[in-house]
Amino acid sequence: MSDDTYQRPSLRLAPSPTPESLAFWTGGRDGRLLIYRCHGCGHFFHPPGPACWRCRSTDVAPEKVSGRATVAAFTIDRQPWIPGFDPPYVVAIVELAEEPDTRLITNVVGIAPEDVRIGLEVEVFFEDWTGFSGDEDSRVWIPLFRPVIGAKE
Amino acid sequence: MNRGPFDGKAVLTGAGKSQVGRRLGRTGLELTLEAVLRAIADAGLSVDDVDGIASYPGPAAGAAGFSGASITEVRTALGLRSRWYVSSLETAGQIGPVIEACMAVTLGLANHVVVFRSVWESTAAAQAGGGHASVLLGGGGKLPPQMEWTAPFGALSAANWLAMPAQRYMHEFGLTREQLGAIALNARRNAGLNPDAVYRDPMRMEDYLSARMVSEPLCLYDCDVPCDGATAVIVSRRDAAAGLPRHPLTVESVGPGMFERPTWEQRFDLTTMAAHDSAATLWDNTALRPADVDMAQLYDGFSFLTVMWLEALGFCEHGRVGEFIEGGQRIALDGELPLNTSGGQLSGGRLHGMGFLHEACVQLWGEGGDRQAARTPEVVAVGVGGGPVAGSMLVSSR
Repeated sequence: MSDDTYQRPSLRLAPSPTPESLAFWTGGRDGRLLIYRCHGCGHFFHPPGPACWRCRSTDVAPEKVSGRATVAAFTIDRQPWIPGFDPPYVVAIVELAEEPDTRLITNVVGIAPEDVRIGLEVEVFFEDWTGFSGDEDSRVWIPLFRPVIGAKE
Repeated sequence: MNRGPFDGKAVLTGAGKSQVGRRLGRTGLELTLEAVLRAIADAGLSVDDVDGIASYPGPAAGAAGFSGASITEVRTALGLRSRWYVSSLETAGQIGPVIEACMAVTLGLANHVVVFRSVWESTAAAQAGGGHASVLLGGGGKLPPQMEWTAPFGALSAANWLAMPAQRYMHEFGLTREQLGAIALNARRNAGLNPDAVYRDPMRMEDYLSARMVSEPLCLYDCDVPCDGATAVIVSRRDAAAGLPRHPLTVESVGPGMFERPTWEQRFDLTTMAAHDSAATLWDNTALRPADVDMAQLYDGFSFLTVMWLEALGFCEHGRVGEFIEGGQRIALDGELPLNTSGGQLSGGRLHGMGFLHEACVQLWGEGGDRQAARTPEVVAVGVGGGPVAGSMLVSSR
């Protein structure tokens, strides 16, 4: 399986990063998936924020993860919602390899939607978008996932 | 022991509903006043007797039509003299303000509180040109913060957010589409007996299974229907309700709890929802048990949410809802647990939570007409909300 079946949509609703989410949305500039990690208990967490919800430490910071994940849940969207973002497309909840109960909502692409399964191993890549304002500083790198080459379904 | 968290002091004495329909072209405030005034009259009160007011969500930002009126608008329009008032969005689902009103009357802060929920999403969508995205995004240039983690991936609708855990539940426990369809068919059957329901034409399982997919595994008939309409109830303190025309309905328990982080995707067990936390607190707060419940009015913004509530409230074991609802006999008007007797939101229209409490009152008073359950209930469970939002109540005529 490869990503050659995937075509970038003509529109994505790009986020306007907050101070806390900036690392997540811009780490892809350097090919890095940055997830907040607690230096108190060592666990990752998401969405990002100034405290670890597990141990309540505020010694937290974004850290590069492998970008490997597993599909925990998914849907094939069949209804058009956004002009330029045409169905069908797969929206998935993926579990990070480093911390399975830390999950991201994303798109799984590069695979026929009908072939996506719970348990599918996927890896991150990034898609560069400019926000509604069109300004250079509104650029974000949206993390998407595709099947790991050679992974078992 | 005491009779629930309010010791039997918080009672429901009236209920009212406005005109309900698609694209009525009336303002949210008009519909709200219609429901509020009907509820006050239903309780045998005058407007000046009502000394409290509460609502979900208040003057909400976000999608047009989501909030039909704020309590400020209603107070202004009716010249209310309020000894207590509140609106809230961060509360136990759309019936959270009812729970707050129960606290207010129990503590003596008010005698009679009118609580309303009002929507005009159908007209708002039409005014916005029918585009879902324009309604969801409110026409602004920025994504609202709560959409940051979903909209960039085209997951713009709650149908997408909910379809994922539904798929997971089907994967784990073998829930089938036919079983899920029993929720939709039950709602349509009951809506056919309710003159106020939006969709009343009969639906067969073939119709359900062949309906177009919205977000797999959810099809069109797994999604509720946006409408315009308002509902209101009167929460009174029992001693202040003496002499009123209706038999007061006791709020036996409430489930305002939330234990996990309120997101769609970070819950430890993706096959449970905030409904499970709410239900846990509901049973903690009462000596009643699931076996004491005669009827359930459970949120069906999507059919799968009703599945969540059925198991959260303990009517069946975790993962076993499919066999409980299969065929629909148990949840029919003459079944062991009649469910969503007005047609719910799937066929009755999305009155957004409060419609279920309204219908619980109607059934407890035995005024359901053609849709009255075969056995008039004495205890009804109401569970409202979906995903990271939930609140529940037990209401009885005892």
